[in-house]
Amino acid sequence: MSARTLPLLFLNLGGEMLYILDQRLRAQSIPGEKARKDEWTDVDRKRVMNDIIATMFNKKFMEELFKPQDLYSKKALRTVYDRLAHASIMRLNQASMDKLYDLMTMAFKYQVLLCPRPRDILLVTFNHLDAIKDFIYDSPGILNQVDETFRQLIETYSCLSDGEFQLIRQTLLIFFQDMHIRVSIFLKDKVQNSNGRFVLPISGPVPWGTEVPGLIRIFNHKGVEVKRAEFTTAGNYITPQREGSFELYGDRVLKLGTNMYSVTRPVETHMASSSKNLASQAKENIVPNPLAKEELNFLARLLGGLDVQKPSGGETGFRLNLFMTDEEEEHAAQTRPEELSYKVINIEATQEPGRRAELSRILGELEVAEPRPASAEKGEDLLALMDGL
Amino acid sequence: YRRERTLVLRSSSSALYNNLAVLCPPSRPPAFGAVHGTTLSLLGNEGPPRQLQARGGASALSTPLLTQAAWCELPARVLLVLTSQRGVQMYESDGSTMVFWHALDVPEHPAAHSVFARGIAAAGGHFICVGTSSGAVLVFDIPPKGTNVTLSEILEQHRDPITDIAAEQGQAPDGAGDLVTADDSGTLCLWSTGEEFTLLGKIPGSGSTCSSVTLWNGIVAAGYGNGQIRLWEAGSGRIRAQVSAHARWIYALDLAPLTGKLLSGAEDSFVHVWKLSRNPDTDDIEIQHCHAECVTDTQVCGARFCDPAGDTFAVTGYDLSEILCYGPA
Repeated sequence: MSARTLPLLFLNLGGEMLYILDQRLRAQSIPGEKARKDEWTDVDRKRVMNDIIATMFNKKFMEELFKPQDLYSKKALRTVYDRLAHASIMRLNQASMDKLYDLMTMAFKYQVLLCPRPRDILLVTFNHLDAIKDFIYDSPGILNQVDETFRQLIETYSCLSDGEFQLIRQTLLIFFQDMHIRVSIFLKDKVQNSNGRFVLPISGPVPWGTEVPGLIRIFNHKGVEVKRAEFTTAGNYITPQREGSFELYGDRVLKLGTNMYSVTRPVETHMASSSKNLASQAKENIVPNPLAKEELNFLARLLGGLDVQKPSGGETGFRLNLFMTDEEEEHAAQTRPEELSYKVINIEATQEPGRRAELSRILGELEVAEPRPASAEKGEDLLALMDGL
Repeated sequence: YRRERTLVLRSSSSALYNNLAVLCPPSRPPAFGAVHGTTLSLLGNEGPPRQLQARGGASALSTPLLTQAAWCELPARVLLVLTSQRGVQMYESDGSTMVFWHALDVPEHPAAHSVFARGIAAAGGHFICVGTSSGAVLVFDIPPKGTNVTLSEILEQHRDPITDIAAEQGQAPDGAGDLVTADDSGTLCLWSTGEEFTLLGKIPGSGSTCSSVTLWNGIVAAGYGNGQIRLWEAGSGRIRAQVSAHARWIYALDLAPLTGKLLSGAEDSFVHVWKLSRNPDTDDIEIQHCHAECVTDTQVCGARFCDPAGDTFAVTGYDLSEILCYGPA
C-alpha cells in the first residue's frame, strides 16, 4: 500500500544476500597460491562482492528505485536478485539460487516482524548498509555510491511519521505473508519454531518511546492526577537504554540487520511446508497478473543489459554452492516442493520464435534515448534507464 | 476467560488495524470476517465460508489491497463494508450482493502519499462513515433498503490518514457528541451527527498514532502506537486516564456496551480486558484491569467482543489462519 516500500525491501534483501554470499565464499575459498583454476580465492571473493555491490548501488538504478511505486511481485523481485547475483564471475545453480532467496526473505521477514518500532526498519536498513560499506571499504568509488544511497535514504525517510512507517511495515508484512520456510540457523538459535513461525519474545526492552506496561493513571476533570494503580502480566519488560542513531554514522543499538552468519555457522533450509500454507501460497501463484510476464521480460532485460563479466576459465565458471556438497544441491533441486518453486523464467532459454519476436520488439522499443512519456507499468522506467548502462 | 474454540480461516490475517469484523445477531451465532491481502474471509453459520474480493479500479493491473472490513448495524438494515486502496464496497450483511461502490480518486502513477480508504462506522441512524488517507471522512446516507446510497457529506478536519471511526455505543451526555474519528497523528475529532455533521471538538495528537478508538457514555477510549490506552472526556476533550497497556503498537480496541468492558489487542502478543466505569461521587472515569491473554508468538491484529456484555471475545493475528475464541472461565 505504501509507495515507498520498494527501496527498503530491495536494500535489506540485498544486504542479506551479501551476508550469505560472503559467508559461502569464505567457506569455499582456498589460499591464492594453492588454488586451482576453478577454485575460489580471497581475491575472487572480493571481486565478486565488489561487482555485486557496485551493480546494486548504481546511481541511475537507485534514482529509479526511490521513485514512489508499488512493490514488485514476488516473482519479479526474485528475477532481479537472480540477475544481481550473476553480475559477477560467480554462477549459481537454480537450487542454490532458490535457497539463497529463501534465506534472504526469511531473514528480512524476521527483522521486520521483530522491529520494536516501525521506524526501526530504517535502523535495520542502516545496519545492512554499514556492513556493506565494510565489505568494500577499500574501493572508494563504490563506497561513494553506497554513501549516496545512505544520504538518499535519510532524505526520503527521516521526515516520515510513525504512522507512515507502520504503513510501510504493513505493506512489507503483506509481501511476506504465509512464508514459513524453516532456516537452520534460526531453529538452532530458538528464534524460529519447528512449524516455521518466529518466536516473539514477551520480555526485554520496550521500544523507544513506549513505557513498560503496568501503570494506570486516573485524572480528575481539572487534569490533576488523583490515583495510580498497577497491573501485572506474564511479560517481563525493561526500559531501553538509548535510541539508535539515524545519522550517516552512529551506533544503531538495534542488532536486527547485522550479520548473523559466520564461517562456522553454515546456512541450511528445510523445504517442508505444512499443508495449511499450501492453499494460500498456491492461490498467490494462481491469481493471474497480466503484467507478470511483461515484468519479467523487462526486469530480465534490466539487469541482463549490464556488463556481465564472463568467467575466464571454462564454460561453467566459478560456481558457488549454497549447500555443503554438490550431491546435496542436486538432491535439493529434485525434492523442492512444487508450491515453493519460484518458476523463474529464463529468457535466454526460450526457443519459440513468437517469444523471440516479442523480446526483439521490446528491445527495439527500449533503444529510445529520450525519456518515455507516462509509463504505467511497474519497473518500465527502471528498465529503460538501465538499458543505457 | 479461557480459550474455547478455534475457527479455521481459509487464509491468514494481514497485519492491518482492527482486522476482525464480528456480527452478533440476537439469538444467533456470530459471523466473523478477516482481511487477507486482497480478500475478505467470511465465516458465518449460514452456508459455507465465503470470500469477497477487493474491487479493482480503472486499471486492471493488479487487485487492490483491502484495508479493513466491518459490519455496520443500522436500525433499518445491516451492511458489510469493505475499504481498499481503490474505494469503498458495501454488501448485504451475508456478503451475497454488492449494494454500492464508491471509487476514490486514485492518481494514475503512485504518488509519495498512498491513497486508500480506512475507518468504518455506522452513525446517526442512517449514515455510514468511511475515512480516507487524505484525512477526509466520507458520510454516506443509507436508504432503508435498495442500492440508492448517496454521498451526503465530506468532513475535512483531519490532515493525516484516518485510522478508525467509532460511534457512541451507550448514552452520550449532553454536548458530548456521538461520533469520534481518529488519524495517524493521534488527533481525535468529536462530532454530532445529523443531516449535517458538526465538529464539537478536536483533541490534538501528541506524537503517537491512534490506531483504534471507541466511544461509550461520553468516554473516548483510544489505543496508540506507543502501547498506551487513553480515556478522554468527550464533552470537554480532557484526558481522564492513561494506561501503559501494551509493550508494542495497539492494533485493536473493542467495547461491550452493556458492561463497559474494553478489549485491547497489540503487536506484543497480548490481549487485555479492562472495565470502564464512572465514579458517581467524583465523576472520575475509572479503568481497571480484568484479564490478560498471551497469544504466543502472534502479533494480534484484531480483537472483538462477540456479545454485548463482553463475556466472549475473538482474536486474529498476523499470519494466523485461525480466529481464536475465548469465553467465560
